[in-house]
Amino acid sequence: MSRGSTWFAALTGVKPAGFEPASVLCADAKVGDERARFLSVVPNSEARFPRARGGELGLEEGWAIAWYVREVMSDDEGDRRAIIAVVDVPGQPYGYHEELLGLNLALAASVNAYAGARLAGHPVIALVVGRAISGAFLAHGLQANRILALRDEDVEVQVMSKRSTARITRRSVDELDKIAREVPATAFDVGSFARLGALHHLIEGVNADEPGDADVERVRDALAGAISSARQDATDLSSRLESPEARENRSASLRVREKLAEQWNQ
Amino acid sequence: MSAPSIPRVHFTELSARERAKALLEAGTFRELLGPFERIESPHLSPQGVVPQSDDGVVVARGTIDGSPAVILAIEAAFQGGGIGEVSGAKIAGALELALGDAEAGTPVRPVLVLETGGIRLQEANLGLLAIAEVHAAIIALRRYVPVVGVIAGPLGCFGGMSIAAGLCSYLIMTREGRLGLNGPAVIEEEAGVAELDSRDNRRVWDIMGGEQRVAVGMADTLTEDDPDSVARAVREAFAAGLPERHRSAKVERYETRLGVIDSSQELDGQKLRSIWAEERR
Amino acid sequence: METLNFDFPASRPVSRRVHVGVVGSGDLEILLEPLEDERALVVVRTSADGFGEVWRNVLDRFFSRNDVAASIEINDQGATPGTVSLRLAQAVEEARS
Repeated sequence: MSRGSTWFAALTGVKPAGFEPASVLCADAKVGDERARFLSVVPNSEARFPRARGGELGLEEGWAIAWYVREVMSDDEGDRRAIIAVVDVPGQPYGYHEELLGLNLALAASVNAYAGARLAGHPVIALVVGRAISGAFLAHGLQANRILALRDEDVEVQVMSKRSTARITRRSVDELDKIAREVPATAFDVGSFARLGALHHLIEGVNADEPGDADVERVRDALAGAISSARQDATDLSSRLESPEARENRSASLRVREKLAEQWNQ
Repeated sequence: MSAPSIPRVHFTELSARERAKALLEAGTFRELLGPFERIESPHLSPQGVVPQSDDGVVVARGTIDGSPAVILAIEAAFQGGGIGEVSGAKIAGALELALGDAEAGTPVRPVLVLETGGIRLQEANLGLLAIAEVHAAIIALRRYVPVVGVIAGPLGCFGGMSIAAGLCSYLIMTREGRLGLNGPAVIEEEAGVAELDSRDNRRVWDIMGGEQRVAVGMADTLTEDDPDSVARAVREAFAAGLPERHRSAKVERYETRLGVIDSSQELDGQKLRSIWAEERR
Repeated sequence: METLNFDFPASRPVSRRVHVGVVGSGDLEILLEPLEDERALVVVRTSADGFGEVWRNVLDRFFSRNDVAASIEINDQGATPGTVSLRLAQAVEEARS
């Protein structure tokens, strides 16, 4: 079972089976004393589009996420349910059909849904339990008010898998590791990603593959904390740039914004 | 005084700065964070890559049809238009300022001139975060004012910025332009030449070229590759006002469209046009 | 990547600053600005290592034919000597127009 399935089942108590498409799991479950909607993308050996059978976020997945998120938005009028993206996505599928049928738009649809929900006042939380790669992470996780991640050596955040980066940049994995030590933005490990300041919280000491009850409780507590923090804050992504880590390691992002603001009306 | 229009100039032959000028009313171009401010990427020279003084993105204020506008033009020739921390922050930051104006009741017309392979690999996760912020800003901003995207050149628009293109209110393309999530070379590399021969230009443009994207409704306007035509298409997009529903929000429509596709069947651009035209009836 | 510094005697000032070119394959960008001193100060950042002599020759030739007191910054992505001279001439012409 993929980590996306494992954590979906552990947090919702719902069996990760019988969904249509089978690659996008969706259920509502309690976090603290409120109900939240959980979404996870998982491998599906029967997927209609064969390039997306390994848990990739493809055409069907992008549109299905958009549908599930919009359902929450239209159902809730008063109390806005939290939406939790359980993230274990190896990337987007590389295929002929995918491009012809508009993969960029399918991913835009899920970006649009998550961001729209956030702007409408739904706390959107990403919980990274495995890989968070590239376009798939943009579409499933990166529009969240708050991003949580498990501290675990197989939790990876990057713009391309290590294997593909090595092939495309014609560098060995050892060389990539060496560059990554000097430039944290190019590293794969979640600790390096945390240094960029976009993580709300790095959850320590949890068994990511076979979580026990205490592990699940710890993660649920972290989710509850993130939800309440998101409810008290702005609905944009500004918190990512306000963290101490961002002030240090995304100083250029801040400087550009300051200078643009100075020159905007002249 | 109006600038003389010189015939036979291609929009795609212009630099990002010249493109921004071409889209604004004559004499109104004002660049923000221009080359002499030297806000370049701090991450490139430590990795042995020569930086560019504007990091490959031109931010320009001016007017379109008498209304205040901001153009964000990516320079294709620098690092394949790749988005790094600075270039990404220029785009996201300008859109955030435009959002502030829109919320204050004085909307600025935003235009993205997209010519990019996606995230700049040397800046990796910094580019990824910046692009997420670009997406967030487009979605927030287009509640008030259309966000218009232009994809003109043969480099095209790929990666995270192709998602940004998918979020635009209106997308203008030339026949030379192309739009896809993954570039053909990456698809060939990852999935094999049988999946897609990246040197087969006819096939590549058949899938993702401007004409095909407009024909199936994934872009809105097909324009000639000259400055006047592109500028006219941009003006017309703003004149049309906000779309009733943004393309990336049309979930039922595209789920239906995907539902009628038999993924085991041979499919090409023409076949898709006829399948989806039938579905529309 | 290599950074090279050059200094040439010059007396004729330029009236305004000029930016030309792009750091694209086989091309370069030039940032030319007025300078109080009677010199041409040139800083080159180039992607191609080990071409210091070639740069010295190209710039020597250019500044022996063109009297330009200015600060000049060049960001180069493997431009040929011909392209370098062409871009420099373009920058100087614009700075004097």
